[in-house]
Amino acid sequence: MTLSMRNTFLVVFVAALYILEGSTTFWIFSGSWDSALKMLNFALISAIMALGVNLQWGFAGLFNIGIMGFVALGGLATVLISMPSTPGAWSAGGWQILFGLLLGAATVIGAVLMLRWLPKGRMRVLMTIALLVLGFFAFRAVFDGGVAKVEDINPALTGYLGGLNWGGENYKDYGWLTVVAWPVGGVLAAGAAWIIGKTALGLRSDYLAIATLGIAEIIIAVMKNEDWLGRGVKNVVGLPRPVPYEIELQADPTFIEKAAGWGLDPVIASTLYTKVGYALLFTVFLVVLLWLAQRALQSPWGRMMRAIRDNEVAAEAMGKNVTARHLQIFILGSAICGIAGAMMTTLDGQLTPGTYQPLRFTFLIWVMVIVGGSGNNFGAILGGFLIWWLWVMVEPLGQWIAQVTTSGFDPDHWFRVRMEDAAAHFRLFTMGLVLLLVLRFSPRGLMPER
Amino acid sequence: MDFLNALAALANYVIVPGIAYGAQLALGALGVTLIYGILRFSNFAHGDTMAFGTAMTIILTNGLLALGITFGPLPTALLALPFAIILTCVLVLVTDRFVYRFYRKQKAAPVILVIVSMGVMFIMNGIVRFTIGVRDIRFADGERFIINVRTFKEVTGLDEGLAIKTTQGITVVVAVIAVALLFWFLNKTRTGKSMRAFSDNEDLALLSGINPEKVVMVTWMIVAALATTAGVLYGLDKSFKAFTYFQLLLPIFASAVVGGLGNPLGAIGGGFVIAFSEVTITYAFKKVIGYIVPEAWEPEGLVQLLSTDYKFAVSFAILIIVLLFKPTGLFKGQSV
Repeated sequence: MTLSMRNTFLVVFVAALYILEGSTTFWIFSGSWDSALKMLNFALISAIMALGVNLQWGFAGLFNIGIMGFVALGGLATVLISMPSTPGAWSAGGWQILFGLLLGAATVIGAVLMLRWLPKGRMRVLMTIALLVLGFFAFRAVFDGGVAKVEDINPALTGYLGGLNWGGENYKDYGWLTVVAWPVGGVLAAGAAWIIGKTALGLRSDYLAIATLGIAEIIIAVMKNEDWLGRGVKNVVGLPRPVPYEIELQADPTFIEKAAGWGLDPVIASTLYTKVGYALLFTVFLVVLLWLAQRALQSPWGRMMRAIRDNEVAAEAMGKNVTARHLQIFILGSAICGIAGAMMTTLDGQLTPGTYQPLRFTFLIWVMVIVGGSGNNFGAILGGFLIWWLWVMVEPLGQWIAQVTTSGFDPDHWFRVRMEDAAAHFRLFTMGLVLLLVLRFSPRGLMPER
Repeated sequence: MDFLNALAALANYVIVPGIAYGAQLALGALGVTLIYGILRFSNFAHGDTMAFGTAMTIILTNGLLALGITFGPLPTALLALPFAIILTCVLVLVTDRFVYRFYRKQKAAPVILVIVSMGVMFIMNGIVRFTIGVRDIRFADGERFIINVRTFKEVTGLDEGLAIKTTQGITVVVAVIAVALLFWFLNKTRTGKSMRAFSDNEDLALLSGINPEKVVMVTWMIVAALATTAGVLYGLDKSFKAFTYFQLLLPIFASAVVGGLGNPLGAIGGGFVIAFSEVTITYAFKKVIGYIVPEAWEPEGLVQLLSTDYKFAVSFAILIIVLLFKPTGLFKGQSV
């Protein structure tokens, strides 16, 4: 089988998996287009994340396992852009918080400058430490006051600064702001990536891995605890949407007429309509990002990246600044993950910092990239679709296996109880197995780099 | 008297928990650092190896309790520990045979092995969930305290109490024994010496006839023992939950890197550095300061540098500072 035939077959195969989920109730498929479209939407987002990781790993060989953090930052951007600002929060303590943060930043910058400009010696160390300690207490004194004031404003409903949506009560009319928030999520993630890259790139690959793992946990910890920012574990719910609400559609006579024209019940038609709307929006973003990534890969810049990946020493000898290029691509890849994170929060309609888990948001994306084919953008996207399908379908699959293996036992037999219990935990095991099998027998992935 | 009270409060909330946590981290970091020294990759499955060992211990403990066997005032889990270690050994050796050996023979890049260990992590996590589920499990039995607050107050006449939990005492004793055994093994026995030689210079070690497969096998067995012990001690002291063990990976890695990857002594030092920074930075010092300074100076706030939810941030910040200023770690580790 030639490579292009194989690729066509793979694409058709994965597409068939989604179509079967929508069209038939045979075996483990649910036969609901609603569930197929829901799966498709998440798969599109996962594919974008895989694209970002592929940029870092496939093009540049950077080992980033802090994807969860960038995704969460993207989600935060959605809240910061599309939610209305809490009345009175800014005048109560918002500016004070901002001033506190500026003080903190000034302290860090001052310390860095001091280390850079003062002559070496004990004096320098002592002065830097003194500045950091004084700066920390000044920061806490200003910052804590502001936080307390903001969090006191109606804590059951708001208690946070809110976002930039100027709609006030009618903020849901400005749903298109969420789409604006997606690139902003990318910018936030890029900013975080710049800070990490500046410190951890240039060290050995394991250190970048550990550093990114750590920063992701810290981003989540900040989002969970800083209630003034995104309500922490109290979650922000009811985000505006870029697509119409089902209830509005069901009340709209022209839509009911249209639905009748399609031969569908208006309730079902409205849920499908919004999901298709999301899918189209996501597809547009995915295609644009894919086009950009392809262009980048085929440009002289892309060739340079691959040259650096394959032999850093040789690239350096050719006068390429390896660390600077690594920083560039690390920021770009992280930004794409941030965009995807903002999309996911929009799709969920809520920001729930408690639900971000590294196994789901970091390591799963890695499985997608490795299985799909690192270094090949189309491969990463294919991996995104395939692995997301598996991630969702593993549960019915596990139940099916439990049913088949235990059909001979009576319902109370310990083996049957155990297997039915275990079906729920089938997911991680399968992901690990798939990853190990692909790494072992097809290390370049399903769609290898050309 | 006030000074003694301050000391008691400090010991109760900072020193004793810090020592216990430091010992647990040190045992975990020793495992990571040994793998790094001999097999030359960062093992992301280490947290889940610890979880597996602990899960086995819990199952065996339940079995022993069902048979009516207890360990008197000590937790029954200590009786089950050796058998759990054997089971964990079997698991990691099987993993090595079917997963890691292939890449070792290929001389694959370390980063590939790290990705492979991610796959192993998923599978071990799955196994733990299959066998014991995701619930929060407490399995410490026997006497709860060595010294409890009331006895301490009666004996010393102080206002502040000091409690030392049995699990904290056991943690320190077991950790000391484990570390002593490990260092005796590494420094005095033939196999231990060949392990150190292999870690220092692989080519020279192979040249002098050291069997690499044997070295790797022994390393995995030691790592399994250390991981299980660390996991059980942590679980006894706090509680067992599969997900917390995965999260322990970060402070454990931080300890190993801060101490210098590949250096066993460094792992121990790093463990205590990380543990004490986490505890002191997230502890509210109001009480302690209140005893020492005159009443007028007593602080209004809690004098807590960071909220306890940021303990990961502490280990991470220390990690970054050490990486920036001393990339080989505080105790000279292997390479950069």
